[in-house]
Amino acid sequence: MLPPEAGTLAVLAAFCEATVRVATPLALAALGETVTERSGVINIGIEGSMLSGALGAALGALWLGSAWGGALAGVLAGVAVTLVFAVVAVGWGGDQIVAGTGLTLGALGLTGAVYRAAFGATGAALSLPTFHSLSVPGLVSLPVLGRAVFAQPAPTWMLYLLAPMVWWVLARTQLGLALRAAGEAPEAAVAAGLRVPRLRMGATLFGGAMAGLAGATLVLAQAGTFAEGMTAGRGFIAIAIVVLGRWHPLGAVGAALVFGAASAFQYAFQAVGVNVPYQFFLMAPYVATLLALAGVGGRARAPEALGRPWEAPR
Amino acid sequence: MTDAFAALSRATPLLLLGIAVLIAFRAGIWNIGAEGQFLAGAVVAAWLGTRWGITSPVVALLVVPALAAAAGALWALVPAWLRSRFGVLEVITTIMLNFVAVYLVGFLVHGPLQEAGHTYPQSDPIAGAARLPALVAGTSVTWALPTGVLLAVAAWWIIARTTWGFALRAVGANPLAAAVSGRIPVERVGMGAFLVSGAVAGLAGAAEVCGVTFALYENLSPGYGYTAIAVALLARLHPLGVIVSALFFGVLEAGAGSLQRVAGVPSVTVYALEGLIIVAMVVVERRTRRAAA
Amino acid sequence: MSAAAAQLSGIVKRFGSVQALRGADLSLAPGEVHALLGENGAGKSTLMHVLGGLLSPDEGRIEVAGAQVRLRSPREATALGIGMVRQHFTFVPRMSVAENVWLGRPGLRFERRAAQEVVRRVGEATGLHLDVSALAGELPVGLQQRLEIVKVLSRDVRVLILDEPTAALTPGEVADLFAALRHLAASGVAIVLITHKMREVLAIADRVTVLRRGAVALSGPAAAQTPGRLAAAMIGEGAAADLMAEALEQSAQAQVSQGARSALSVRDLVVGGRGSVDAVRGVSFDVAESELVGIAAVEGNGQRELLRALAGLVPCSGSVVVGGSAQVSFVPEDRQSEGLILDFTLAENLALGNLHGVRLRPWHLEQRAAAVMAAADIRAEGPTQVVRALSGGNQQKLVLARALAQRPSLLVAENPTRGLDLRATADVHQRLRRAATDEGLGVLFYSSDLDEVLALADRIAVMAGGHWRWVGPSERTRERVGALMLGAA
Repeated sequence: MLPPEAGTLAVLAAFCEATVRVATPLALAALGETVTERSGVINIGIEGSMLSGALGAALGALWLGSAWGGALAGVLAGVAVTLVFAVVAVGWGGDQIVAGTGLTLGALGLTGAVYRAAFGATGAALSLPTFHSLSVPGLVSLPVLGRAVFAQPAPTWMLYLLAPMVWWVLARTQLGLALRAAGEAPEAAVAAGLRVPRLRMGATLFGGAMAGLAGATLVLAQAGTFAEGMTAGRGFIAIAIVVLGRWHPLGAVGAALVFGAASAFQYAFQAVGVNVPYQFFLMAPYVATLLALAGVGGRARAPEALGRPWEAPR
Repeated sequence: MTDAFAALSRATPLLLLGIAVLIAFRAGIWNIGAEGQFLAGAVVAAWLGTRWGITSPVVALLVVPALAAAAGALWALVPAWLRSRFGVLEVITTIMLNFVAVYLVGFLVHGPLQEAGHTYPQSDPIAGAARLPALVAGTSVTWALPTGVLLAVAAWWIIARTTWGFALRAVGANPLAAAVSGRIPVERVGMGAFLVSGAVAGLAGAAEVCGVTFALYENLSPGYGYTAIAVALLARLHPLGVIVSALFFGVLEAGAGSLQRVAGVPSVTVYALEGLIIVAMVVVERRTRRAAA
Repeated sequence: MSAAAAQLSGIVKRFGSVQALRGADLSLAPGEVHALLGENGAGKSTLMHVLGGLLSPDEGRIEVAGAQVRLRSPREATALGIGMVRQHFTFVPRMSVAENVWLGRPGLRFERRAAQEVVRRVGEATGLHLDVSALAGELPVGLQQRLEIVKVLSRDVRVLILDEPTAALTPGEVADLFAALRHLAASGVAIVLITHKMREVLAIADRVTVLRRGAVALSGPAAAQTPGRLAAAMIGEGAAADLMAEALEQSAQAQVSQGARSALSVRDLVVGGRGSVDAVRGVSFDVAESELVGIAAVEGNGQRELLRALAGLVPCSGSVVVGGSAQVSFVPEDRQSEGLILDFTLAENLALGNLHGVRLRPWHLEQRAAAVMAAADIRAEGPTQVVRALSGGNQQKLVLARALAQRPSLLVAENPTRGLDLRATADVHQRLRRAATDEGLGVLFYSSDLDEVLALADRIAVMAGGHWRWVGPSERTRERVGALMLGAA
């Protein structure tokens, strides 16, 4: 809570910091899903992967005694869960939407069961080793944006690194070309000698890893503990972010920031002292998603082959 | 045999919601929002049952189902319109509205619809006249169950034996051919299926509030709307199959409760099983499709 | 005798119970254009897929440059210098020419400059020039095919396979292509031309091999062949062969119906296109009863919009009057995505667009379907069979039968014989002719195959830039119609 004499600049700075903080897991998951969807696969099960990553991070951090250990465990959990989806939807050509829904439900149940088995049904908060803020001296002192950009925990710094990397791979390398071909015209990719299922599998698992990392971020850099169903639809919001970012990795980061801002408004309102029932703040991100999707349109510039199962003729 | 009645009671909303989901899925519309549409109907039923002072069961029977169904259809209207006008994926928008519905219920039971004492986050009890009579005295099994069965049969007949059902199936199977060769108004059929789906889901919500819980509170639905997807898929989207499938899941969920009491297995595991069933059905569908080619 | 660039000997290939190739042989000499002729199902595509590494043969030898090889993937075939240009284009529409050419190459970075250099080099060697930064999807069809060829030629090839390359080209573009092929052959490349057009065989090929039912029926120098011999080799002996031969050749029958009633009367028809430009710009014409009118046009000149507007699928302005029963039936080009619902049964597909009232009587529909199947000679297990299992020819017969069952006064058809083999094509032509003659049906069709239009239509019109122009009886030659299609006065 800010002291009343803090002034508008301070409020703005706090708002920006909150924006980046909230946006980080969304951006990480959306970055991964962008790659997945560019290869032609729509994975709405990233909600389940994120939740699994969150639980994996909590367990990993406890057992390994460090936040980094937790993050690694979270990534592995995300990949493991996504593997099921990848085999069914990419390997066997099953319907991607339904398989993703099944995965999310399954992950919800599985994480709940494992959590209760490990910690009992009481829902007490765990005490986990977390990621602390890493600041860049000097740059941190920039007005308004200083702390927002340069004083964030490790996952946000990883995002700064991963986003341009993903862009570069997609836009400037042969691998990126191959992935994009798999998503736009798989027949053309096959004719060029590429193996579409393999490309899509890789892209899907990368998306799962990022979703797992996003879940780990929720636990280890924000909440500090695990609670059942804590992702609360963030995975689905990430899918909307991919659309809003026009399937461009940097666009996804931008759109995630917009969502972070929408959530951070809550704090701004509280700081100013407006009295609105808190449920409406909880609703805000979801309503914002609806409005944003309406504004942008659903399928403009989606990869042509998105969602269509591919089977090699033989 | 209280467990058998518990199973039937759990099966009722699953049956109604299963039909709702089936109607949309058959038209190629991924309505994952049955959960939210269910709550919309529940909210309206609770409002009518606690704030309207209904004293006549006849009035209740005329007004409550109609308005609850309308509420469900309205909740489906937003994603339906966004899909039709902007081409937005209904999977995302329906899920978004599920969350909105949950928080809306939270707001209402803490505020405008809260019970007179303002102590607990729930509504007043539903007026006696608005309550669904039980099918078997002393249990939670109400007349909503046979109604659901009738609805399933009606859905089967409409889908298989009428031109409307044919149009629905055609749109779900190949909207392009349906438009070009079948001269079917694809947009209108899709919209209609979406709204009917929402309406039936709203009915299910009203049935639950007026027949089982007799009040509105948070966590009214233990994920019925999502389980209904598994119900519909397990039945291979066949309306008569949904009856059996809903019963199966009713037994599963009722049993999970006692399994938790008796053996300490968390009831949340049922979700995992449902997820597994959905995934399994995806594989089965693909295998069958390939075999027919 | 120089060593063969590639040789296939005794190739056998089975697909389940169907024997696609029964010991086929093919010898390709460098610098030679070798035509591979045959009906669909004769095995020519299958044989080339074996050579291209897409399929592995059950028996037989493949030799490349004298050495025996096993081709397990297209990649291996490409590495050995075998390049294939397929009938259905395989480029990525949203990518540039450079990206399409470089797709699948090894290395980490996308080397745009190297791609540019390669395209320039191929352009100089063959005359097939392309702009590297153009988006593949925005190129006209002729250039898109050029891209396909350049893609293949950008890697060193010793064997170039072209599958029905002239199907959608104007006569001018065909001439360009053949000139480029001559250049290539002169540089020592062995070229295989898969085609069903005998005229092309006699025009460009040095050698010709005819496949029938999976085996070689004829193989020899092209100069020594006649259309009759080739037709007989393709379908076997008998009177049918003569009929086929006629159907395959250009037969310009100008059966202009004088004083017949009008099946269709169009005045000042305008159909909108993409953006602000109209696709059809004030077109007026008549189609008489019992008449077949064919439209010859290059892709994207308004013929599709015109047909779809007449079918009632797309809005238009102007006057459209249909005679007789005023019923218009439509045969779409893409039978699998627009004409049929593949997961539905035969009976259900026949009912598409033919349902009235509210009640649906499956038994009734099945009876009707059985009758139609018999009359139209549709080979299937029964009215309850899922249409996905039917062959392309039978699927097209189904679509056509459904259209005719509506007892239309006007039939509008897009590429009615697309993807069909010779027998099925001749069958469709026959049915259309019979329906026109016996029932007074007026037929308006468009075909991207100029030869089909010349063979089937009573009167021909050309559409260029959204305008309609009748082709006079003295103008019914490929060259003249081709010129008109390109907008020549």
